[in-house]
Amino acid sequence: MDIKPVSFKRVSREESASFDRSTIDYIQNAAAHGLYEIRGMGAKRKLPHFDDLLFLAGSLSRYPLEGYREKCVTKTILGTRFAKKPIELDIPITIAGMSFGALSANVKESLGRAATAMGTTTTTGDGGMTPEERNSSKTLVYQCLPSRYGFNPDDVRRADAIEVVIGQGAKPGGGGMLLGQKVNPRVAKMRTLPQGVDQRSACRHPDWTGPDDLAIKIQELRELTDWEKPIYVKVGATRTFNDVKLAVHAGADVVVVDGMQGGTAATQTCYIEHIGIPTLAAVRQAVDALEDLNMKGQVQLIVSGGIRSGADVAKALAMGADAVAIGQGILFALGCNSETYIQDGKHISALEGYDALGTQPGFCHHCHTGKCPVGVTTQDSVLEQRLQPDVGARRVKNYLKTLNMELTTIARACGKQNVHHLEREDLVALTLEAAAMARIPLAGTSWIPGHNGY
Amino acid sequence: MERMTFDLASSSLTEMNTFLHKGLEEGDKRHISVLNPDGAHNIAVGLNHPVTVEIHGHAGYYAGGMNKHARVVIHGSAGTGVAENMMSGSVHVKGFASNGAGATAHGGLLVIDGDAGLRCGISLKGGDIVVGGSVGSFSGFMAQAGHMVICGDAGDALGDSLYEAVIYLRGNVKSLGADAQFEDMTDADYATLAELLSKAGMDHDPKSFKRIASARTLYHWNADANQEY
Repeated sequence: MDIKPVSFKRVSREESASFDRSTIDYIQNAAAHGLYEIRGMGAKRKLPHFDDLLFLAGSLSRYPLEGYREKCVTKTILGTRFAKKPIELDIPITIAGMSFGALSANVKESLGRAATAMGTTTTTGDGGMTPEERNSSKTLVYQCLPSRYGFNPDDVRRADAIEVVIGQGAKPGGGGMLLGQKVNPRVAKMRTLPQGVDQRSACRHPDWTGPDDLAIKIQELRELTDWEKPIYVKVGATRTFNDVKLAVHAGADVVVVDGMQGGTAATQTCYIEHIGIPTLAAVRQAVDALEDLNMKGQVQLIVSGGIRSGADVAKALAMGADAVAIGQGILFALGCNSETYIQDGKHISALEGYDALGTQPGFCHHCHTGKCPVGVTTQDSVLEQRLQPDVGARRVKNYLKTLNMELTTIARACGKQNVHHLEREDLVALTLEAAAMARIPLAGTSWIPGHNGY
Repeated sequence: MERMTFDLASSSLTEMNTFLHKGLEEGDKRHISVLNPDGAHNIAVGLNHPVTVEIHGHAGYYAGGMNKHARVVIHGSAGTGVAENMMSGSVHVKGFASNGAGATAHGGLLVIDGDAGLRCGISLKGGDIVVGGSVGSFSGFMAQAGHMVICGDAGDALGDSLYEAVIYLRGNVKSLGADAQFEDMTDADYATLAELLSKAGMDHDPKSFKRIASARTLYHWNADANQEY
């Protein structure tokens, strides 16, 4: 007798939630290669974020200001605690630290020119300071990283502020990574490494361990610069409340907190998606720490990690940040993940380049390969020509300008003559998660989960 | 030669450091004595002129840090990170040095007459270090370029993850770090070593040293990336 197996139409094509196609693909890749995945950019998973907050603008109970006519101050001063020469920004939006090595020299020049035009700062990254960046950026923050690649006292003296990097939101607890294909002769020379070597920078500083040592290290940088330059301390968001307190204890003028949406040019996916906390939770903890120490206003807070729009900037400021730093948003502004690149005013298709990387515009995270189809995250002498500094500078300037207009528009709607007057009271949360993390009431209620015994 | 003295018992460290940065002319070669250092941190950091600074006593963290051009002599012991990130010139510790001595030094010569602590020469980037005594564990970790001469013994994990720096060891090592290996001495090694020993004023026979350098197996961490099973 012929017995047919019973067929259930519904389950014959049912995808497993735990072992979906993406997970199966991951396992099969691991099985084939015996290696973890490495990629660029930040966390791709959905996280509670600034999108989950809304502003309560002016109405009868609050008085709004006219959208773009009435005065709204955006000036921001960083480093007022100890530095003789604090940093004065025209807008509270800075460009995050990204290395020469990860980015091309053309890109670094574009960033410097855009930042100078908008009255804000750029920040060097792992691998040292390039003349392109120093010459184009009026106000430049120089990072002191664990690797100390290309770190030297002349550049410390040339910088306008120093940022001691403890960690990065994309990979707290991890050092940098620059694969051999991006270590061209110039990058190799700047980092004192053989050309083409896969380079992994250290995750700990070589000459200090712990917050008490850091206090002495910061004092060294102050002595070296005759107490003139602000010293920032940057942490990847994890135990943010404690880390910010320790950074303040160690003598930071400015604390930079980078949430897990923050990007990287290359790191293991398991880091990007599974280590650190969302920016939203980190901002609140950082502000709590400063308030707990009665240091709000004395030590400034810069927040980064997934800041995209003027609304994001406004929400970060309302939660208590003094400024934000943007990395990935700036790359997208330059043309990252765009279908075309611009050469002398003409758009040229980059689709072949994406295809070669096995991806498409909108999904690309292949910064680690150095084969950026639009010439942003590359050290390849042909590809890097695809980003012309004039074009890059103009696009980044436009982006920053747009963010600043959105920021002031929101601030005015909330009745503020100064964007730094935005406050937590202006915000409500859309989701329970955001309400709990940001400690901001759920819209239409006074409920903050975990607060006041609820 | 012009001489001057700073007594840290009566004048502030910042005052002295600021003078050493801003009070000197280009190419100033004067001789500066520092009295009563009492283990103060950050003495003579960021020097940028060919002066001689003699510290009479013990120094705290980062003495002579990021030195360029100057000659710094410490008549005592030095704390963590002595001569860290030195670019050129020299730092000579007559006593002992703590952890991270000569960390990330890009150039110049660090001489330690006594022993050095953990992580001596970590991330060395082209500087030379000569230690008269022994060094602690993890010395030469990730050292990229330059030379380390160790006249005594070394602790665990010597030269872990070495790049192109070369270590010369006279005594015994407790263990070598990942990717570090003993190699045969060449004539070039003997010449380099003899010169460093002579500069440091150490009277040892170069023939009594062994060479440790990178096996370079970690240079391409994904060497197996193309394997398929």
